Amino acid sequence: MNSTIILTPNALDTVYEQAIEIYPDECCGFLYGKEQCGRVIEQAIPVTNSKTGDKRRRFEISPLDYLRAEQYAEENNIQLLGIYHSHPNHPAIASIHDLEKALPYFSYVIVSVFETQIADIMSWRLRDEKRIFEKEKVLLPQYARN
Amino acid sequence: MARIIIPTPLRKFTNNQSSFETQASDIQGAIEDLTTTHSDLAKHLLDDHNQIRSFIRIYLGEEDINVLQKEKTSVSPDATISIIPAIAGG
Repeated sequence: MNSTIILTPNALDTVYEQAIEIYPDECCGFLYGKEQCGRVIEQAIPVTNSKTGDKRRRFEISPLDYLRAEQYAEENNIQLLGIYHSHPNHPAIASIHDLEKALPYFSYVIVSVFETQIADIMSWRLRDEKRIFEKEKVLLPQYARN
Repeated sequence: MARIIIPTPLRKFTNNQSSFETQASDIQGAIEDLTTTHSDLAKHLLDDHNQIRSFIRIYLGEEDINVLQKEKTSVSPDATISIIPAIAGG
């Protein structure tokens, strides 16, 4: 699997803005779009990091937010393709905690953020039936910061 | 018939169907109906004791069945049941 994920300007802006706004906590949200030759993320919708306690190293999305995300996809005839979150002051490499909780099929987009600067963006997807992540090729709009 | 919404990551086990209709009268029956029809889904939803896995939540409408009558929660013919996987990381 050498998959590609394309983030449109609209989706990328949403992810970057939330990562900076929520810093030093981890931000999180849903990614919607279409699956063609690769994945095209047309929309990112932020949700609250519902993790209790320290949110600087963990994120959690509430069941009700997940339920509504599936409803949104159905109502708008768009695919729920993944989850994004930030790694404040850390690289955009998936952590062991990310791997432990990862679901098949979804793209896990991670943004590395240092205060007001986006440092990197990567995307990861579970290899089917194996608990290992494979890096997806991320294609960004030309104006993007990296 | 009641409708079960299949979460996107598990749809490959339901032939890409996003929902499943059931005539079951409670949650337990609805999940049994679903996993009998789509047997590959069972190991992702149920543990070795046929109980719903701890990282899976079942909602009836917008209520967690854990605050209702859990698996014994009654299901009306127009109900919507959602299977919700835990989403978290670090």
